[in-house]
Amino acid sequence: MNLTKYRYLYFAISLAVIIPGILALIIWGLPLGIDFTGGSLLEVKFASGTPPTIAQVQSVYNELSTADVKISNPVVQPLGSDSLSIRSEAMDDATKAKVVAALLEKYGGGKDVTIQNFTQVTPSVGQEVTRGAAIAVGLASLAILIYIWFAFRKVKNSYRFGVAAIIATIHDALVVLGMGAIIGHFLHWQIDSLFLTALLTVIGFSVHDDIVVFDRIRENSNIYRRVDFERVVNHSLVQTLDRSINTQLTVMITLLALALFGGETIRHFVVILLIGVFSGTFSSIFNASPILVVWENREWRTWFRRKQPENAI
Amino acid sequence: MTRRPYLTLVIILILVALALWVDLSKQITVYNPINNKPVVNRNVDIRLGLDLRGGLQVLMEADLPSNASVTSNDLSTTQRILENRANALGVSEVVMQSAPPNRIVAEFPGLQDPQEVVAALQQTGLLEFVDFGSTPPGVGTKIETDFGTSGAGPDGIVTPMPTGTATATSVPTETPLPTPTSSATAAATPAPTATAAPAEAATIYHTVMTGSALSSVNVETGAAAGTGTGYVIAFALKSNWINQFADYTGNNIGKILGIVLDKTVISTPSINSKIDKGSGVIEGNFTQASANELAVNLRYGSLPIPVKVVESQSVGATLGAESVRRSLIAGIIGLLAVVLFMIIYYRLPGFVASLALIIYIIISLFLFKLIPVVLSLPGIAGFVLSIGMAVDANILIFERLKEELRAGRTLRQAIDLGWARAWLSIRDANISTLITCVILFIFGNTFGASIVKGFAVTLSIGVIVSLFTAIIVTRTFLHILLDNVKFTEHPRWFGITEESR
Repeated sequence: MNLTKYRYLYFAISLAVIIPGILALIIWGLPLGIDFTGGSLLEVKFASGTPPTIAQVQSVYNELSTADVKISNPVVQPLGSDSLSIRSEAMDDATKAKVVAALLEKYGGGKDVTIQNFTQVTPSVGQEVTRGAAIAVGLASLAILIYIWFAFRKVKNSYRFGVAAIIATIHDALVVLGMGAIIGHFLHWQIDSLFLTALLTVIGFSVHDDIVVFDRIRENSNIYRRVDFERVVNHSLVQTLDRSINTQLTVMITLLALALFGGETIRHFVVILLIGVFSGTFSSIFNASPILVVWENREWRTWFRRKQPENAI
Repeated sequence: MTRRPYLTLVIILILVALALWVDLSKQITVYNPINNKPVVNRNVDIRLGLDLRGGLQVLMEADLPSNASVTSNDLSTTQRILENRANALGVSEVVMQSAPPNRIVAEFPGLQDPQEVVAALQQTGLLEFVDFGSTPPGVGTKIETDFGTSGAGPDGIVTPMPTGTATATSVPTETPLPTPTSSATAAATPAPTATAAPAEAATIYHTVMTGSALSSVNVETGAAAGTGTGYVIAFALKSNWINQFADYTGNNIGKILGIVLDKTVISTPSINSKIDKGSGVIEGNFTQASANELAVNLRYGSLPIPVKVVESQSVGATLGAESVRRSLIAGIIGLLAVVLFMIIYYRLPGFVASLALIIYIIISLFLFKLIPVVLSLPGIAGFVLSIGMAVDANILIFERLKEELRAGRTLRQAIDLGWARAWLSIRDANISTLITCVILFIFGNTFGASIVKGFAVTLSIGVIVSLFTAIIVTRTFLHILLDNVKFTEHPRWFGITEESR
């Protein structure tokens, strides 16, 4: 089995996923939730089983919006069959009470309307969380780069392993962010601190996978000293393929169970994790190690002379 | 690693039995067999986060100009005072944590209405000087006083009352009151306890004055105050209280004038002499720290730093219960699917790994309860996820094992070589996950994002326990199996077919 041969095809597949994601990020942006922007999130359950329509809820909010508490045009999403999630600018408790009372009176259908979840975040806190998130992602990447460099210090060009792992990690982060933007645009999902948790977990997973393959390359480089580096990488990839796929399968099995049977509250989180874990395994097999080969062969020298360097091999 | 699988097995079994015992109990008590006193007595009931049990989380921030800095001392004092006030809400298990530099996170299980909580938190703390006669209740006791119940004004000023009639008219006469006049004669005898004890819970003490009567409070060394060594707290009264306090102290020398904050006794000094100059000192065996603490309480019946609510989240209890149920179902289904996959793919070693996985769950749960870890929904997700990851170390080892077997090694050699060679990958890969966990934890801690923190904690516990189960438990089990099963007769049990050898 020759896995490294088609490396440019893998890179193309990755780009085909990432580029639309980046475009979505540029055009639509990330639908940041109130964790980052500040505001109010109200989740209400209608015991009657028939919640009001989006327009009806918006009209309630628009009526109660004042110069001091501007809550007009909230974003309303159904949550299951009997609940609604309503996101608006920050409102005080008195306004919240009025909103719930109005919903109960107009659309309660004679039954109870209960608050399942009410979250308020002031905008300044949101900005801080955003900044902290960026710092967290940056720090995690840096720490991992340094760790890999250290762990592979006895291998020739150990920094390449670190850089390749970081590129693969950026790949996964872009896939997750891009999908976040696309899904967010079409399904109106929000980016909250759970999304961030998912992103960081994916980064950790991705590196986890990279290291298992790199570790094999490290070991095989010592055994097959005279063998071409590309063949060593390919051999290592093939040897670890079973493990890569099986590990991914077990993780995805548990994630799928959570997505299908777990609560509504974490479904978005789990789906993002599923996407990220898949991407992480893909990038560790098809991006991180092939990048090492490209680097070893200095293939960029041929990129502009011949379009498909693998034909020469 | 030494080859004493049976010894290791015994240790594993003892550990599992211990973990199971804790997993299945809500309260553990260990008695000392000699004197029959409990050595360990801990509540190990599983702690659910607010998102699972319902409740309110409030993030408070110092309400100061942005250039003002908050000392950690002020922040912790504020937290302590807020805790006292929160407890007045009658909710158990209020959790407060300061999140430096200027925030405090408070969690109120079971409450829904932010307004009620915020109102309680932002009230001014009530500091009272209470007449305890000669038999003060212990520090920390919650007491009732006639202040507030007698409808005193919200400005915190007690209706001036002649000290002689400390048995306030607003108090029902049948309540045994430690009146200064009557107990003055009985002080030296144990008699008052006879009357006070049976009605202790119902005792309503008389408030002499409140914190609003104080004009200044300072900590001084005893030498500076002319009272000897150690530290004392010097206080001064507002002018309109000087005469009244002089009368009271003059009439009650030798009696206890308790200091009570939000109806909780914080100190019980006795009156040594008449205080007629409007200033005096509180003596006691104070260290600098304890003197400071009392001074802060005296000075700041109100908060040392004002706080405002910047974030609040309330979760209905029904949603939480539903989430727990569904996560549990998801966890069980996920676990069964993984076990099935492992057994089909890896045969006997897969079965052994599944046993190790169950031990992994037992031990993780044991740690969650013992530490204790507050389980939130993302925390449970992190745990369920770590089930999938826990298998990873086993998969790495088994793949190595197969390779070594195919290379013609004996099974025993293969197991040892497989472990030795897989270890490096497992170590490096798990350290990188732990690095991410640490950063997530710090992020969650800084921003009061307890959900992120919970996820990081359960995932890292999962990673560490999975290392233990994969490296020690699975290996020991396999070695013991080998003593009883001939590999050469059953290569299929290990997923090795003749062709692939």
